[in-house]
Amino acid sequence: MELLGLYNYWVFAVLLMVGFYAVIARPNMIKKLLGLSIFQAAVFLLYITMDKVEGGTAPIIQKGVVDAIYSNPLPQVLILTAIVVGISTTALGLALVVRIYEAYGTIEEDETQQLDMQQSDSHK
Amino acid sequence: MSPADTIATAILLPLVGAVFIALCGRWPNVRESVTLFTASALAIVVWSLTPLIMAGDRPELVVAQLFGGLSLAFKVEPLGMLFAALAATLWIVNSVYSIGYMRGNNEKNQTRFYVCFAIALSAALGVAFAGNLVTLFLSYEILTLSTFPLVAHKGDAATVRSARVYLGILLGTSIALFLPAIIWTYSVAGTLDFEPGGILSGKLAGPAVGLLLALYVFGIGKAAMMPVHRWLPAAMVAPTPVSALLHAVAVVKAGVFTLTKVIIYVFGVDFLFAEPSAEWLLYAAAFTIIAASVVALRQQNLKRMLAYSTIGQLSYVILAAAILTPLSEVGAAIHIVAHAFGKITLFFAAGAIYTASKKTELHQLRGIGARMPWTMAAFTIGALSMIGVPPTGGFVSKWFILAGAFQSDNYVAIFTIILSTVLNAAYFLPIIFMAWFSTEAPGGKAHGEAPWPAVLALCVTALATLAFFFFNQPVLELESQLVGRIK
Amino acid sequence: MSLVQQLPALQVAVPLLTAPLVILLRGPALAWAAASAASAMAFAIAIALTATVLSQGAISYDMGGWPAPYGITLNIDALSALVLLLVTGASAVTLLCGRASLGQAMDPGRQHLFFAAWLIVLAGLSGIAITGDAFNVFVFMEISSLATYVLIAAGSDRRALTATFKYLIMGTIGATFYLIGVGLVYMMTGTLNFADMEVRIADVTDHRPILVAAGFITVGLALKAAVFPLHIWLPGAYTYAPHMVTAFLAACSTKVAIYILLRFDFLVFQGNFDVHAVRFVTFLAPLALLGILVGSAVAMVQGHLKRLLAFSSVAQVGYILLGASFASAAGLTASIAHMFNHALAKGALFLAVAAIATRVAGLRLDDIAGIARRMPFTAAAMALAGASLVGIPGTAGFVSKWLLLQAAFEQGAFGIMSAVVVVASSLAAVYYVWRIVEAMYFGTPASGETATADSAVAEAPWPLLAGLWLVALSNIYFGLVPSLPITLSETAAIELLRNMP
Repeated sequence: MELLGLYNYWVFAVLLMVGFYAVIARPNMIKKLLGLSIFQAAVFLLYITMDKVEGGTAPIIQKGVVDAIYSNPLPQVLILTAIVVGISTTALGLALVVRIYEAYGTIEEDETQQLDMQQSDSHK
Repeated sequence: MSPADTIATAILLPLVGAVFIALCGRWPNVRESVTLFTASALAIVVWSLTPLIMAGDRPELVVAQLFGGLSLAFKVEPLGMLFAALAATLWIVNSVYSIGYMRGNNEKNQTRFYVCFAIALSAALGVAFAGNLVTLFLSYEILTLSTFPLVAHKGDAATVRSARVYLGILLGTSIALFLPAIIWTYSVAGTLDFEPGGILSGKLAGPAVGLLLALYVFGIGKAAMMPVHRWLPAAMVAPTPVSALLHAVAVVKAGVFTLTKVIIYVFGVDFLFAEPSAEWLLYAAAFTIIAASVVALRQQNLKRMLAYSTIGQLSYVILAAAILTPLSEVGAAIHIVAHAFGKITLFFAAGAIYTASKKTELHQLRGIGARMPWTMAAFTIGALSMIGVPPTGGFVSKWFILAGAFQSDNYVAIFTIILSTVLNAAYFLPIIFMAWFSTEAPGGKAHGEAPWPAVLALCVTALATLAFFFFNQPVLELESQLVGRIK
Repeated sequence: MSLVQQLPALQVAVPLLTAPLVILLRGPALAWAAASAASAMAFAIAIALTATVLSQGAISYDMGGWPAPYGITLNIDALSALVLLLVTGASAVTLLCGRASLGQAMDPGRQHLFFAAWLIVLAGLSGIAITGDAFNVFVFMEISSLATYVLIAAGSDRRALTATFKYLIMGTIGATFYLIGVGLVYMMTGTLNFADMEVRIADVTDHRPILVAAGFITVGLALKAAVFPLHIWLPGAYTYAPHMVTAFLAACSTKVAIYILLRFDFLVFQGNFDVHAVRFVTFLAPLALLGILVGSAVAMVQGHLKRLLAFSSVAQVGYILLGASFASAAGLTASIAHMFNHALAKGALFLAVAAIATRVAGLRLDDIAGIARRMPFTAAAMALAGASLVGIPGTAGFVSKWLLLQAAFEQGAFGIMSAVVVVASSLAAVYYVWRIVEAMYFGTPASGETATADSAVAEAPWPLLAGLWLVALSNIYFGLVPSLPITLSETAAIELLRNMP
């Protein structure tokens, strides 16, 4: 239960920060989305970790077993939903990146910003 | 018709008139008839309320309950009655004058002009009859907004710039200072109704009173206390009927009227009198009177000079109210009327000169008395009233203000009034002299009087200026109710 | 059980189930009709629910008959009723009137997909407003966000795509933060039901996880609500989205996030720490004040109409938050009433923008110069809505500004400072609204436009104009008869403050 005993939470924190860093620091939109996925995966881990009961088994009722200890099923259900949400977000994000590539010819954020600025300059 | 219905009719009539004016926009003669008809009907409706008020009645009309005990309500009291009657009556004269002026100068967008004018009148009546500060604030802002298109009437770049100053100062001060002052009052007093004797007495003390008073004085930008007076000269880009009715009567008087009402019914005269932190108002008003007169002395443009003269005259009202004696409060109310007759005459004359000759500057007025005798005669009467020479209305109000000042041995006020009378004479008398006794510069184009409706209107107001010297008893009676009785 | 008792469930179910139907219909006209009908029905349900809340108090509904805390409950109290009215009302008006504007933005072959996404946004936002379950909020939030990204990306300018991408990244981070916070709260209390959480959180002795959760949830929702300095997704998204989408979202989407923020901070966390209110105030009040100042200042110098209004929205979010950060009954009433009134004003303004855009190519202030001569009704409605945004008396904006200042005056020195900021920002609003009005009424069209181009510009299509005037006049109506929003927000404020010492 000391520092190492919480190692799942350490992994959660590190993954969260790795993902967050990628989102902020990378101009490439695909890499940003990858970072976002890692960021979300970290949270899935948090939920999965907290449902684990020491010595618990999968929460499936079986015949003949009476006093089994089950892990908490609810966070797993929740996180299934969250995973679906995460996948949809990634899919939508990737679709957007494809559209951006078609429109701008690049998927680097700094370059699209530059193109936008040129566009608004030429409008003046 | 119950008194409450009468109040509702008075407020709604100009609005209904505005709708019909808009509908009749294509037929100028019908449109102007509608304006005249509305103005006359309004005057009758408003005047029908006076006997009630004289008898001591205070009819009320609650339109809507807003929130937190606030309501949209009207309540007629002597000061508001006077202001309403003044605005409604002068609207008739002004409409006659507008017809001559607008047609004589071939102005564009005349329908918009008359529509906005009617809306502004409705708002002015709303200010006059407001039963609490919320209603007053609402009407005050509508008045600002509805007069904006009138000021910006010409629509060219310079006009729009001036109109921006107009709106910026009036709207800005009202939102930045007036509204916080109202909300402060509400959180202190728990009510915003106008009560004889004030609602703040005993609930606020010390420097806070002076500060709140400052928020009101400068928040009510329409009263044109320096340094928030800049909008008034800026508003002079408007067609002259607008300057005449709105910027000599309805709008500016709405300002000093509001301020007087705040002093009498929100603070309470006795409360302010006992509060040393409120004394600065007297000095500020005195400064505005003198400073405005000095600036007026240096103006070359007739309308701008009149505007600065108005700023000074408005501060007379504020000064009178700030003397805080019963006589001077009555003087403040009377000065609202006396100045209105005089100044509207002056503006009518300025507009008539412009319509007939396109002259706007002072030095161009040499010898104009010979060409426009009626106009200049009226101008002279108006100017004498500004100075306060008998037998004009201006003398009566100055008399009461001075009497009030003597009553409380207020030498600052006495000195200010005397000095400003000298200054007023210094900028009006040369014009009168020039107009009647100088010879015209050679090469001027020949012209006569302005179109007859304009001349008729300015003669009527000039006569009213004279008549007010002799027949001011009803006004006195009405206003002495403000302070119980004149001691 | 009669149908009336099922209204809370139908509130979400109607738009959610109509969405796939709309995709099957394919034809743009049919799809539009079905979407509008569903949206109008949702609005009707919201009105019925509000009436019930007003007459009988809060409604509680167990989904599928499962009692709380095991099942998901739907709770409708005064606050959710007000938010519901905003969401469904904005959707109904924009959809019913906005066909001309929407038809302009995209080709008919894809419109049915667009309308389906719209209904999903509607379902998601109304779901957030009524659900009593913290995780359910996350699901609805993501449902509506994903669909919102689709709507914004439908804008005709390619910059809509990059703006959407930015929104997607920031929105997802916000939602994930919220998810982390909810997870931590669940870990400590073992429940996801708001009401149950409120009770159980008082027994949690280890305060630190709850504090971390409060931080994550507040920041995550502040991102979604575009609280300064997390607002940077908003101007781009509002500017390049199709005009009708902007009108819809500006009226309600950020307010829904603030709604959840208020719920969590005032009801759930307040029960655990006595000092929570103080922390909440010290964290959010400066952000609110800065948001008001920066939003207004930036709006003053914008040349693009939609960008200008978008930055004004940043400032208005600040007003709503400022009222809440007074943590008093008067402050919360002002804050909640301002949600309602700002939605009316901003909704009308963006509708007017959409109306103008149906006739004029660009939306820079230069492009709308002199538009009032050709579109007098649109311009007048826009001026009216602008007056409400400024807070001219007689308009809805005045009511909430009054309440906000009044609440500020109760707060001592901090209140006076806030009042000064609010007044300064009102003056800024006078300035930027004035720039619009002046451009419309006094601007002269650029020399490039010829007389023939001018004469081609006429009034906007009538359904759009009717909707615009409906909203503009309701600004006046709720300015003079403000009892509905005031009653709702006063009740909501009292409910929110029940855990305050």
